[in-house]
Amino acid sequence: MILVFAAVAVWIGAWAFNGWLANGRFSGLASVRLAVPLIFGATVIVVWEMIVRGLAVPAEILPPPSTIVGAFFGNFGILWPDFVQTFAKGALGGYVIGCGAALLTAILVDRYDFLRRGLLPVGNFMAALPIVGTAPILVMWFGFDWQSKAAVVVVMVFFPMLVNTVAGLRDTSAMQRDLMRTYGASYWQTLFKLRFPAALPFIFNGLKIATTLALIGAIVAEFFGSPTRGLGFRISTSVGTLALDVVWAVIVVAALTGTAFYGAVAWLERRMTFWHPSQRK
Amino acid sequence: MNQPVISASHLDLTFQTNDGPVHALRDVSLDIGKGEFVSFIGPSGCGKTTFLRCIAGLEAPTGGTLTVNGLSPDAARRSRAYGYVFQAAGLYPWRTIGGNIRLPLEIMGFSREEQAERVKRTLELVDLAGFEKKFPWQLSGGMQQRASIARALAFDADILLMDEPFGALDEIVRDRLNEELLKLWDRTGKTIGFVTHSIPEAVYLSTKIVVMSPRPGRITDVIESTLPRERPLDIRDSAEFIAIAHRVRDGLRAGHIDD
Amino acid sequence: MKALGPILAVVAAIIALWYAAAVPMNIQEVLTQAERAGAVVEPEGAMNRRDVSRFALVLKNADHLAESWSMERARLPAPHQVVKELWASTWDEEINGRRGIVKSGSLSNRSLIYHGSITLGATIVGFLIGSGLGILLAVGIVHSKTMDMSVMPWAIVSQTIPIVALAPMIIVVLYSIGVEGLLPKAVISAYLSFFPVVVGMVKGLRSPDAMQTDLLRTYGASKPQALWKLRLPASVPYLFASLKIGIAASLVGAIVGELPVQRGGLGARMLGGSYYGQTEQLWAALLFAAAMAAILVWQIVWIEGKTLRRMGVTP
Repeated sequence: MILVFAAVAVWIGAWAFNGWLANGRFSGLASVRLAVPLIFGATVIVVWEMIVRGLAVPAEILPPPSTIVGAFFGNFGILWPDFVQTFAKGALGGYVIGCGAALLTAILVDRYDFLRRGLLPVGNFMAALPIVGTAPILVMWFGFDWQSKAAVVVVMVFFPMLVNTVAGLRDTSAMQRDLMRTYGASYWQTLFKLRFPAALPFIFNGLKIATTLALIGAIVAEFFGSPTRGLGFRISTSVGTLALDVVWAVIVVAALTGTAFYGAVAWLERRMTFWHPSQRK
Repeated sequence: MNQPVISASHLDLTFQTNDGPVHALRDVSLDIGKGEFVSFIGPSGCGKTTFLRCIAGLEAPTGGTLTVNGLSPDAARRSRAYGYVFQAAGLYPWRTIGGNIRLPLEIMGFSREEQAERVKRTLELVDLAGFEKKFPWQLSGGMQQRASIARALAFDADILLMDEPFGALDEIVRDRLNEELLKLWDRTGKTIGFVTHSIPEAVYLSTKIVVMSPRPGRITDVIESTLPRERPLDIRDSAEFIAIAHRVRDGLRAGHIDD
Repeated sequence: MKALGPILAVVAAIIALWYAAAVPMNIQEVLTQAERAGAVVEPEGAMNRRDVSRFALVLKNADHLAESWSMERARLPAPHQVVKELWASTWDEEINGRRGIVKSGSLSNRSLIYHGSITLGATIVGFLIGSGLGILLAVGIVHSKTMDMSVMPWAIVSQTIPIVALAPMIIVVLYSIGVEGLLPKAVISAYLSFFPVVVGMVKGLRSPDAMQTDLLRTYGASKPQALWKLRLPASVPYLFASLKIGIAASLVGAIVGELPVQRGGLGARMLGGSYYGQTEQLWAALLFAAAMAAILVWQIVWIEGKTLRRMGVTP
């Protein structure tokens, strides 16, 4: 019980400290802007540990963070192949194929106005559907291994990527297009010199959204059937045996993967669209 | 003059809208000779920009004839007969200034060495030497517009078409750019078509001033300027300048009386 | 109307492609069944056919092609088969079925309407909770610098984390403490719609420019007044954009939530269809879920249109 009171005290103390940091003279510093959310996150973890131990919550309901860390390092041998299966093969493979196909389709759609007027509404519609539902069908067609997961990812990332790229290719002003006409430029010259670079901010918006969708698709697809490997598989089997510490460890892996993947694409975006007002604070 | 560079004869441009036909241009006839500096001035809707765009092959007239260098405007466009300067600089933010000037040269197939030489030469012409590696957003509005002019000069077209290029700039910068443009014209001998809202600008820059009025878009007066070729900025206070400006103003008012 | 032409053309092309694809997809099983029924197929014997490419089989057995479109438990059921199953498990089951609503007074547990309503219930409850809390947190973030600097970075980061991976655990844990049925699924749905709404709403509440907020300060407006009169109205477009994402996410959450403990719902139906090889059932459930998603998003769009019109923003 003491732990619970201590947890409350820690929470109040940390919140007050953060309050002082956020509202005080130092709030503009980059180091403070980084410290405040980290302190908040650390407080959540510390309070979690204290309350779970203080109230003696059974491990099958909610394990304390220390146990999770132990499970993470303890099961590293299984978690690494799981990660490779789900992310490196399933999510990444599908991501590359899906985004690549969407880019090529977007160029086709841009070229032929009829396709744009027909395909884009259909694409918008498909982007809103619960595509994860196609997972069992794709497992039936492509088998249990990573190919079916990649297929699910392809279907999930294709439409948002298509919609974003087409929007980007069209985001040039009439003046810019007129300038190209005064140079007597061909369609392909205009595409590569003007519209494609101008579309990059939109394309990266799509690529960032696609990173999240890829990981979700790969993991959820594994809930529907998978060989004895994979993050989704590990979650569903560990849930079945109530080994919740392993489940949380897998979630940590998934979270780290998700943020790292997104961060990598965001880093590439900053490098390639340095010229866009949104990047030039 | 011998063969005019740009020749319009009874040009018509009518387009249909929900509220009936709009006569953007009606019975416009004009000849522009080589080396002339022609300004088009008039209120909104008088057709001056439309006329410029017809010359550029960006709009198609619905009647009459128009030739540029003896060719149809579309053929002239495809033979890269002119450089066009818009009201906004429209430089690509993802290219350096040098890269932006290279844009038409890349499209038109100039060699790498030619591109480098032309970029250097045109930047000097517009007094932006040394800014080749900068990005557009690092330059002021006036400098960006100068870069846009350099871009239009890079491929040595004989004709320069400018649509209110200095309209978005403040007066001090504008004066300076007017002076520079005149020097540039003198040095290169190009034929220039220039659309503007400003009477002093039109009178200061041109050898010929075309006054237009709206509804329907037509020419109300063509004034051959008697000012000498050498024009310091303070020629704007001379009696001759004021007289021409007066005539332009009368032409503009005459167009409005029909309202 | 002019816009409809290309759309219909594309949809027609998709359906045509679907029919065409069903032929090579189903050819293996079609030929096996035909052979069992006594027909002569080329090459004979299922073992010999295993290594032959599908397209080769199609070319060699052209007279059996039409059977690809009427096979039971096909690898790729034809569109009309799916439509038939949809009809059978919705209208037909409820009106004519033994356990349907007409004959027994309650929804049949074989009908998609029943399963759909289970999923829909969890989706909507979760969506309302998630968006409601999301809006509240967004208001808190905009007004408290502490909350802004502590929580907002995590809200943004959470969008890169596959939260849906938590779904099985939440279901099983709540189940083990006796909470089952709609609530655990609603929790997942709420969680999935929560963060998009927070991020979108914060963007919206912060969207008025400095000129507007300065004007209110010259009137001596208090923070709640500024919230009510300026920030909330300005945030409406952003809110609706996130609500559209949120409701689609809530539906996915509810479906995934039905997988671990299968007590009905479209997700359970899809899983069941895949376990027992009932492909028409699977496809019908998927299309039903897709239709539900479309209707839910369209509802939000409709509400958005009415709200914006009320606010004087011409669409």
